[in-house]
Amino acid sequence: MTMIKIVGLYRSFGATPVLRGVDLEVRRGETMVVIGQSGSGKSVLIKHLIGLLKPDQGEIYVDGTEISRIRGDALQKVTRKFGMLFQGAALFDSLTVGQNVRFGLERYTSYSRDEMDRIVADCLAKVGLRGVERLMPHELSGGMKKRVGLARAIAYSPDIMLYDEPSTGIDPIRADAINDLINVMKTELRVTSVVITHDMVSSYKVADRIAMLHDGRIIEIGTPPEIQHSRNPVVQQFIRGEAEGPIKIF
Amino acid sequence: MPFFPRPRHTIMFLEQLGEVGILIVQTLRSIFRRRWERGMLVRQLEEIGVRSIPVVTLTAAFGGLVFGLQTYIGFHRYIGAGSEAYAGPIISLGLSKELIPLLVAVMVSGRVGSAMAAQIGTMKITEQIDALFSLGADPVRYLVAPRAVASVIMVPCLTMFGDLIGMAAGYFYIVIAMGVNRHIYLQNTMLYLELWDVATGLIKAAVFGAVIAIIGCWQGLKTRGGAEGVGRATTRTVVISSITILILNFFLSKALPSNLKLQ
Repeated sequence: MTMIKIVGLYRSFGATPVLRGVDLEVRRGETMVVIGQSGSGKSVLIKHLIGLLKPDQGEIYVDGTEISRIRGDALQKVTRKFGMLFQGAALFDSLTVGQNVRFGLERYTSYSRDEMDRIVADCLAKVGLRGVERLMPHELSGGMKKRVGLARAIAYSPDIMLYDEPSTGIDPIRADAINDLINVMKTELRVTSVVITHDMVSSYKVADRIAMLHDGRIIEIGTPPEIQHSRNPVVQQFIRGEAEGPIKIF
Repeated sequence: MPFFPRPRHTIMFLEQLGEVGILIVQTLRSIFRRRWERGMLVRQLEEIGVRSIPVVTLTAAFGGLVFGLQTYIGFHRYIGAGSEAYAGPIISLGLSKELIPLLVAVMVSGRVGSAMAAQIGTMKITEQIDALFSLGADPVRYLVAPRAVASVIMVPCLTMFGDLIGMAAGYFYIVIAMGVNRHIYLQNTMLYLELWDVATGLIKAAVFGAVIAIIGCWQGLKTRGGAEGVGRATTRTVVISSITILILNFFLSKALPSNLKLQ
C-alpha cells in the first residue's frame, strides 16, 4: 500500500528549475533512499513532502491526502504524521536538550508532564544519550546534536520519518549507529522512511529501495542489488564515486 | 541628473511593502487565535522591557539634562533673568510628546530590533524555522506574535519610565543646578502639562513598538546566506526601523490632536 505518492513535481527557484517532473511512490513501512549529487534537489524534494515548500506544478499524496494545496490546520494534521531529522540537526539553541525533545510532544499530544518526562528520557536513551536533558545544544558535539535531533523527531511516534543527510558531518562509527537506528525504527516501530543521502554505504545498509535523482528527475529506482547492477552510466558513475563519466562536475 | 525611481526599484519596494503587510495580517491573526505561546511572551517582555531599562535610563537622563540646559539658555537669553522658572512645562511637554518616545524607540530598535533580526535570521539559516514548522509550531505564532505583543506593551512602559527620568533630569538641571525657584517651576509644570500630552507620547510609543518588532522579525525571516546574511539583516533592521520611526513620528504628531478639549 502506498504511503507517499509524488506525481509530476516541478519546482523552480527564480529562473533555475530544480525539480523537473519527479514521480515517486513510497510504500507503507518501507525505507526509500533518495540519492543524488549535492545540489541535485534532494532536500528540496523532502521539504515538499512535509509542506515546507509548495510545488509549482504536480501533486503530493500522503496517506491518501493531497497536500500541495492545503494550508493551516489541515496541513498541520498531515505534518503530525512526519518526523524529520534535519541535516544540521536544527536544535533550538535557546532551549535545553530536554525542552527540544519535548517540543513536538507539547504540541502534538496531550500527555501529562510526567509522561512527557518519561518519553523524553526513553527517546534519549534510544539514541544512546542519558542524563543530557539539562544541557544546552552548544554543549553537545555534532554527533550528539544529530542524535538529539533524532530523539526529538521520534518522540511523538510519527508514521513517517524523513532523514536529510543523516550521516553527514559525523564519523563513520556514529554514522553506522544512526543507520542502525533507522533500521530499528523500521523493524520495531514499522515507520515509513525517506532518507536523503549521497553516502552509498549508508544507502545499502538502510534501503529497501533506492531512487536516484538527477537533472530534476528520478532516473532509476530499485532495490540495492538492482541499483548496484544498473546499466545506467550516470547511476554507475555516482555509486562508484568516479570523477570521470557522463556527470560533468566542471 | 535628477533622481527618478526606476521601475525595478518601484516593484521591489512594493513587493517588500506587500511582504510586511502579509506578516502584519498573519501576526494579528495569530494574536487573536487561541493557544498563546505564553512562555515566549514572558521571555520577550523581560528581554524587551526589563533589560532595556539601563539604556533607557541613561538616554532619558541625558536627554532631559540637555533639554533643560537649552531651555534655560533660551529663557535666560530671550526673555530675561527670572523667566527660567517657566521652563518646566516646555521641558515636560517636549520630553513626553516628542523627545523621549523617539529616543526610546530608536534605542530599543538598536538593542532589541537588531537582536530579533539576528536571532530569527540565525534560526532561518540553520533550519530551525523549518524544524518549528515540522514540530507543529507556526513560526509566526511562535516567534513573531509574542515579540510584537511584548514590544507594543513594553515600549510605552519604557517611554513612561523615560518620561519620569527625563523630567527629573530637567528639574535637576534647572532647579538644583541653576537654582531656579522650585515652587514656580513645579506649579507651572502642573498647570500646563496635561495627561493627554503624556498619552500622545505613549500612543506613539506603542506604534513604534509594533514597527520595531515587525521590521526585526520580517528581516530575520527573510535572511539568506550565512553569517553575512545575518549581518545584513541586522543592519537593515536598524536602518529601516529608525527611518520608519522618524517618518511616522511626524505624521503621528500631525494626526494626533494637541488636546482632547472639544473645539
